[in-house]
Amino acid sequence: MDAQTIIAKRIARELRSGMLVNLGIGIPTFVANHVPVGVNIFFQSENGLIGTGPIPEEGMAHPTLTDAAGQPVSALPGASTFDSAMSFGLIRGGHLDMTVLGGLQVDAHGRLANWMIPGKMVPGMGGAMDLVSGAKRVVVAMQHTAKGKAKIVKQCSLPFTSLRPVDLVVTELAVIAFPGGRATLVETAPSVTVENVIANTEAELVVPETVPQMNL
Amino acid sequence: MKAIALQDAVAMIPDGASLMVGGFMAVGTPERLIDELVRQGKRNLTVIANDTAMPGRGVGKLISAGLIGRVLASHIGLNPETQQQMMAGKIAVDLVPQGTLIERIRAGGFGLGGILTPTGVGTVVEEGKRRIEVDGKNYLLETALRADFALVHAFLADYLGNLSYALTARNFNPVVAMAADTVIVSADHIVPVGVIAPDHVVTPAPIVDYLVANE
Repeated sequence: MDAQTIIAKRIARELRSGMLVNLGIGIPTFVANHVPVGVNIFFQSENGLIGTGPIPEEGMAHPTLTDAAGQPVSALPGASTFDSAMSFGLIRGGHLDMTVLGGLQVDAHGRLANWMIPGKMVPGMGGAMDLVSGAKRVVVAMQHTAKGKAKIVKQCSLPFTSLRPVDLVVTELAVIAFPGGRATLVETAPSVTVENVIANTEAELVVPETVPQMNL
Repeated sequence: MKAIALQDAVAMIPDGASLMVGGFMAVGTPERLIDELVRQGKRNLTVIANDTAMPGRGVGKLISAGLIGRVLASHIGLNPETQQQMMAGKIAVDLVPQGTLIERIRAGGFGLGGILTPTGVGTVVEEGKRRIEVDGKNYLLETALRADFALVHAFLADYLGNLSYALTARNFNPVVAMAADTVIVSADHIVPVGVIAPDHVVTPAPIVDYLVANE
C-alpha cells in the first residue's frame, strides 16, 4: 500500500454517518475514495456545495458544478448550493464536523503551517485559515517527512495557518494526537515500529506503554 | 435597471477603477465583461475577487493582459503569471483568508464597518490589525470592502434585473452585487418577468444597475 492510500484509508475510518466534512486538495481528496460501506457523508466544497460527488463520467461534466479547485464534480441526491458567505458561515460557525487538510509542518503542540513558504511558494491561504480556526475537528493528512526532513517539528519555521491546534495528524507511519497540548503517538502503521516513528519525528513524542497498529 | 450594450457597459469603467468580480476559479465569472475589459485595454485596475483563476480564464485574462495594478484575493496559486508579476513588483497582491474576504465584502454591502473573525488571530494575517476580545474569545477586526463596480454573472436575469444563479457559479456573485456603487450584470439567459419565481430570486432587481444585452 502506498503512503497516500495508507493515510487516506486511515482517515476514512474517522468518518461517521451524517457528518459534514470538507476535504482539502492533495492527499485529503483521496479520503472520499475510502468511505466505509454504509457510511453516508455530506462532503462540502467551500466554493458553495454540500453533497459533492465523484468526478462525473466522460461527457457528463457541467461547467457550473465544480469543486474548490475548479474541477468538475457531480452532486449526490440531497445536495445543496449556496454563496461563499454561507459556505464560510458553515465553516466558522461550528457547523462543519471535520476538515481534512494537507500540511507542511506541525509543531509539538499541534499547530499547523500549511499555506506558504516565504520567498518560494505564496499561493494564498484560500480557505485554510478559516477551516482550521472553525471546524469542530481538524485532521492533517501528510507524509511523515519531506525530502528526509521531519515535518512534525519542535517549532514551525513556516508561518502558522492558525494557532488552534489540530486534533489528529495521520501519516504513512503513524497517527499522532495532541492531548494536553503534547504530541502523542496514538498508532503506528503496519510494519512500522515506534522507534521508526521517533527517528522520523523532530518533536518530542509522548509514547504510551502500548501503541496499537492502524486498523486499515 | 437599464439594459446596456457590452461595449457601453465597459466604457463606463475608467482606468484605475476598483472592481469586484464574481467567480471562483473562473466558474461564475462574467467572461464577456472580462473579454471586453481586455479589448478596451483598461489600465491599473484594482480587482477584488476570490482568486486570479488560471492564465486565459476569468480574472486570469486581466492578469495576462497586464491590466491589474492591485489585487485582493484569497488564492493566486493556480495562476503562475500572478505570482511572477507579484515577484517582479508589477502588481500588489493582498492575500486575505477566503472567509474573511467574503465577510469584508458582505459588510461593505450591508452597511457595516467591518466584522470580527477568529480567523488569522496570532498569524501573519493579524499584522496591523486590532485584536478585540469578546466574552473571553479573541477576534480580529476586519474592515468592510467596497468597490466602484461589481461585475456579476447570473444564470437567469429577468427584464427587471432579478437574478438567480447556477450551482457553484453563485459563489461571490450575490455578495459582490451588494458592495459596489455600480452593478453590471451579464447572464446566461435573459428571461421574462415571472420566470424566476419570487422565492428563487437571489439578487433582487433594485440592486442591479445595468444588465448587458444579448448581442
